[in-house]
Formats: sequence, C-alpha cells, structure tokens
Amino acid sequence: MFRNQYDTDVTTWSPAGRLFQVEYAMEAVKQGSAAIGLRSKTHAVLACVNKANSELSSHQRKIFKVDDHIGVAIAGLTADGRVLSRYMRSECINYGYTYESPLPVGRLVVQLADKAQVCTQRSWKRPYGVGLLVAGLDESGAHLYYNCPSGNYFEYQAFAIGSRSQAAKTYLERKFESFPESSRDDLIKDALFAIRETLQGEKLTSSVCTVAVVGVGEAFSILDQATVQALINEFEISGEEAPATASVAEEGAGDAAADQGGAAAEEEAAPMDI
Amino acid sequence: MTKEHANWSPYDNNGGTCVAIAGADYCVIAADTRMSTGYSILTRDYSKICKLADKSFMASSGFQADVKALQKVLSSRHLIYQHQHNKQMSCPAMAQLLSNTLYYKRFFPYYAFNVLGGLDSEGKGCVFTYDAVGSYERVGYSAQGSGATLITPFLDNQLKSPSPLLLPAKDAVTPLSEAEAVDLVKTCFASATERDIYTGDSVEIIILNANGVRHESEQLRKD
Repeated sequence: MFRNQYDTDVTTWSPAGRLFQVEYAMEAVKQGSAAIGLRSKTHAVLACVNKANSELSSHQRKIFKVDDHIGVAIAGLTADGRVLSRYMRSECINYGYTYESPLPVGRLVVQLADKAQVCTQRSWKRPYGVGLLVAGLDESGAHLYYNCPSGNYFEYQAFAIGSRSQAAKTYLERKFESFPESSRDDLIKDALFAIRETLQGEKLTSSVCTVAVVGVGEAFSILDQATVQALINEFEISGEEAPATASVAEEGAGDAAADQGGAAAEEEAAPMDI
Repeated sequence: MTKEHANWSPYDNNGGTCVAIAGADYCVIAADTRMSTGYSILTRDYSKICKLADKSFMASSGFQADVKALQKVLSSRHLIYQHQHNKQMSCPAMAQLLSNTLYYKRFFPYYAFNVLGGLDSEGKGCVFTYDAVGSYERVGYSAQGSGATLITPFLDNQLKSPSPLLLPAKDAVTPLSEAEAVDLVKTCFASATERDIYTGDSVEIIILNANGVRHESEQLRKD
C-alpha cells in the first residue's frame, strides 16, 4: 500500500472499490503490541503483551473490564480503545438499568461495529485506529469476537491481533480444535504459549504480559502478576514446548461464525474483510 | 376562577420504618418489611434495604417506586465510579452522591426518606440521614419513616450524648457493643410496631463490620 490520490478522505472510494483510509486504520492495529483471545464452551481468555515506552514508564493498559460478563483486549491506538471501552461500559450499564439483566455480547459487538462504521462514512471523522477482541459470556456460553476499524466483526474460537500476531495465530491454528472442551487452566496455558510465540525468543514473564479470564460462574477479572508468573513457571519448569497437534493449519485462525453476517477470512480479499 | 386541581397524585406512601445505628467499628441498618398503601397491606415481605457498595447500605421508606428508581440510579453511578477509579466508593462519598442525586430532582422529588449506613475509610461506623431533597448530616443514629416519631425519642434517651456543651466533644458513634446495638434495634421495632399501623410483619437487620456483612431477621406483630 503506497500513497495514492484516493487516500486523502475516508469518504473517497478508489477505482478498485477500496477505502484506503479504513485500510490504513487497520494498519494501525497491526502496529500495536499483540493481543490474543481464545475460548472454550464455558470460558474465554484474553492475553496481551505489555510494551512500555521506556524502563522509566509504566506500560499501557490494554485489557479492560466492560462488565462482569464482558472484557475487551485492544491493539492499536490505545486512546481510541479507551474511549470505546468507556462506550461499551456505558452501554452495559444502561442496558442493565433498563432490563435488569446483562447485555448479551452479540448485541454489544453489533453496536460497537455500527459505531465504527459511522466513522467510515463521515467526511469530518476518521476511523477508530484500534482492533478489539471482545470476550464475553451469555446464555449460550462463552464468545470471542473481533471488531475492526472497518466496522466489521467476526466471531472466533481463537484469534490474535497486533504486531507479530501471525506467530500466535499459527500456534492457535494448530491447537484450536481442542479449545471447545479445554479446561479453564488449559485455556490460560494456551494463551500464554501463544503470547510467548509473539515474543520471538524474548523471555516470557508476568511483567511482559497481562491475562484475563471470564467464564461460567467466574466474573471477568484480570489475573494478578503473581498468579500469572506461577502459571508461567509451571510450564517452563516442566520444560514443556508449545505442543504441536496433528491437525492441519487452516486459513484464517479459528472458525468465523457466519450467523452474524461475518465473511470468512480469505487472504486474497481486501484487508478489511479479514 | 379557582385553579383546577389534579385528580391524581404521582406519589403514594408505602409506609414502613428504617433505623440505623453507628458503632465504633460496626454499623447496624434495619428496616421493617411491610409494604402498605392506604389502610391495606401490599406485602409483608418487601426489603427496603439496598447494598450500594461494599461498605454502604441504604434503607429508605416512603414511595417504594421512587425508592427503587433511586437505588437503581445510585447502583449504576457506583458501577461507573468503579470503572473510573478501580475501587469501591467510600460511605462518605456515597453519602454526598445520594445528596446530589436527591437535589437533582429538587422540583419533582424522590419521595424517599433515606438512611445511609456503613463504615467510613477508618473502619468506624457511620450513619447519614436525609430528607426528601438531599439535606443530610452524619449522625450516630437515625430513624426515618412512619415509625420514626415513635423511635427517635427512644433512641435519644438511650444513645444521645448527655449535653452538647460537654467538652471534649463526644464522638457521634455509640459506645454500645454490636450485640447491644442489634438488641436495641429489635426493641425499637417491637415498640414501633405496637402503635404504628404501617410498621410490622418482620424486621430485616444488616450488620456491617470489619469481618463483612451479617443478616438477621426478627418477626414482628402482623396486625
């Protein structure tokens, strides 16, 4: 993607039918540090890599609790992510106030997607530069969705976004078939393995990553550093390598549910379809 | 030309009494469970107490529809506070929020007579008492509702400091032990039940201390 005469405005189409500003927004997501999500029938886990600007500063928060049953991990422009998290929290509170019941995740991601779409069709706005992995629980079990700046959203068994996420995706593609029946702890272990893949040799410690869980009977919470370090020690000491399974790697990480109108991921299509 | 008056009122009084007593390291919040309208009983089993935060409980008598709405608004505001500050609201903070929320509807008030009880940031018991439009004060004990006029003089007799002129100024909290305070509350309700037709059925008591929350329930006269 290089500069061209059709990329100044988000409201300008290119002759090939692409909105370059939206695609550039998706690039911003790829520049952010990695975030991964995976789910079983009863639990969903989010994990992300924390990158601090310098040794002197603290790292940015990339995982936010939205409600007891929903949490979100972001990659890209963290400020945009913070604003969208606030919107999501507000929507959950208002829904809970009116209906005295938790906002179904599927409904929330549609509202989020519609909000993102608005920014792709107004000349005075710009798309949100953040990708969101929304993990949540509703009556039908645990769900993981990915919302991108284009306004599209997909449901996933497991997904990774941000820089060097392809390494994590490859790991998840190998293992995703076992996720639906995974236990909570195995799911967290897989999340940590996937994070380790994105670190490309850097040592995995609890100061570099953040992990959060939500599940049946367990409200969304971010695990504290000590717990995460203990889990890391558990599998590093046992000398476990990221286990390979016999399943063939498929295109696009995990299965994308078609019931909400999400298109199946294909490498050849314009990036916003992924 | 006389002004036409409304043939309906947006308010109703569902009766009931609420009491709270603050101790050195505990707080007791209690309310009866009778809900009435006019001379009828709607239910004998309705809770007027709401947990607003880990250390803040609100008991409200008056128009229960307004009370419910008020509880919902405060609960939602507390959720927002938790998201923004990553911690629970302290009882004094909740007290101010309740006051502001009530005054917000100064010209169409919540018909709710509230008593807020909890533990302050030092772990001491605190009780705040309100009028319908948000005027509030931190006190050592309070009663609100239909039985308040019967209970307050009795609590004054049992708990009030001898004289405001006595120096050094005595702390608002009662020197009573937790068990004594709970017993006192039960006595208050038993007495109020005798003479107030809107108070009775049973009393729900919440005891808040450093170890957490405890519930107690005591049957009252049902007539």
